[in-house]
Amino acid sequence: MISEAALDRLAGMLRAPDLSGTRYEIVAELGRGGMGIVYLARDTALDREIALKIVDRGAAGTRSDSLDALAHEARILARLEHPGIVPVHDFGELPDGRVYYAMKRVRGERFDRWLAAGRDLADSLTVFLRICDAVAFAHAHAVVHRDLKPENVMIGEFGEVLVLDWGIARTANREPNNQNPEPKNQNREPKNQNQEPKNQNQEPKNQNQEPENQNPEPRTPNPEPIVGTPAYMSPEQRAGAAVDHRADIYALGVMLDALGGPASVAAIAAKARADDPAGRYQSVQELAADVQRFLSGRRVGAHREPLVDRVQRIYRRHRVPILLVLTYLAARVLLLWIGGI
Amino acid sequence: MPPFPVTRHSIVAAIRSERTEVRRSAFDALVQAYWKPVFKYVRLKWHASPDEAADLTQAFFLRAFEKDFFASFDPARARFRTFLRTCLDRFVANARQAEGRLKRGGGAIVVPIDLPEAERELQLQARNAVTDFDAFFHREWLRSLFATAAAQLCDACAARGRPQRFAMFEQYDLAADEGERPSYGELARRFGVSATDVTNELAAARREFRRLVLAALRDQCATDEEFAAESRALGA
Repeated sequence: MISEAALDRLAGMLRAPDLSGTRYEIVAELGRGGMGIVYLARDTALDREIALKIVDRGAAGTRSDSLDALAHEARILARLEHPGIVPVHDFGELPDGRVYYAMKRVRGERFDRWLAAGRDLADSLTVFLRICDAVAFAHAHAVVHRDLKPENVMIGEFGEVLVLDWGIARTANREPNNQNPEPKNQNREPKNQNQEPKNQNQEPKNQNQEPENQNPEPRTPNPEPIVGTPAYMSPEQRAGAAVDHRADIYALGVMLDALGGPASVAAIAAKARADDPAGRYQSVQELAADVQRFLSGRRVGAHREPLVDRVQRIYRRHRVPILLVLTYLAARVLLLWIGGI
Repeated sequence: MPPFPVTRHSIVAAIRSERTEVRRSAFDALVQAYWKPVFKYVRLKWHASPDEAADLTQAFFLRAFEKDFFASFDPARARFRTFLRTCLDRFVANARQAEGRLKRGGGAIVVPIDLPEAERELQLQARNAVTDFDAFFHREWLRSLFATAAAQLCDACAARGRPQRFAMFEQYDLAADEGERPSYGELARRFGVSATDVTNELAAARREFRRLVLAALRDQCATDEEFAAESRALGA
């Protein structure tokens, strides 16, 4: 008879991926989600640690679904070669039929946890601008992330900022050489915004559809499956309507709002998260430029500041020359006064 | 080797066949997979004596064959295992009401009940009080599935001239308790091979075991969707 202990052991064995015949060895589990598991693994050929994302063939419905879903995510990542986006090293199928991709192992801290330690606004906004860089790069390559949130951003050991979890990203163009970009499974549940962190690299969710780049007007006529994290989803994304890159701008607005800051930062966030996509910044670069203006003490486009605030801002920005001029004028007045005595 | 791959029909599909010999063959396979979970379930859930449980198990499969119990199974509504258990509960309840009139059959379906073995297993399991009979039935079915796959693995290893592979798997992965499990080094010493060989042999055995389990599971599922759900439940 198979004992209770052996029964549990064998069931566990079935759950573990079969990496025989590959160059990888599992070291530990990093996180798991609806469709797959991310493992810390060792690349025995190059003797280095990597992250291995493995999708359970049953999790996405059919084997074909899971293969398509992971292929989609891997190909999106492969086309996005940017310092702010985790590079993919390899993609393939395990002997047990599960599919996987290998990517850089990211060490560091998730953005939400990094923020929880209490950060200076300028530091937080600097990280935010780095996130904007990565997202703008993706948009320029016709990729919309669709699930931007602090939990999907990692701050590396050396200050690098990486946007993760491109599992539900959608691509804009079906390129001729992109043989299998669109997964078939469109019925995933949206991820719970309060879900347990998935460490760095996380599970794929759903994927889909069509093109968009930075055109202000959505071009996709087909309804979208509702995917994403509710608190960060734009109204059109929540409604299952067509979304474009401005859905990411909305999510960035929610993230920016959570950073706090004075009225001008709140105004930037409010504009980014306008209900109407046409009322938002029309590109991530515009959003980032306004944040950059705030950081350098200039007037931000999204905020009509009162005169007092404006004077204070100008004073803060030009404090030294203003103080020098005032000192000079005070000295002249003093000399005139002494000379008149 | 046949010129074309032989199409495999699942047991669940085959038990609804109009051809008697196909149905009988499928039933034999079904009985093989389920007799022990059914027997143990009847023993515990219905507080049946060993002899009564054996009779009810035999009669249940016979009646299912004769009356086409499983013809009404709808994969869209439930797992086959759940459906079978529901049929079993209904059958036992009816049999209890009509006590003493159990039909033991005339050889149409013979359930190979190994009463002493099943009782011995129940004795070993008696330490754990059963409160969730659904979970109990599932676990017993899983145990039966794994036992069948392990037996097939043993045969396959022997047929390939690699009995050592199964022996390592048996000692390491089928060990009854954690305390009994040897280390890879200990296994290497026992079999006079290197630790790397142990690693490779165990990897091969596990890979084959997984394949056998999934093949058996597929046989017991009516649709691809059910198989996907079952393999997901197994995590395989």
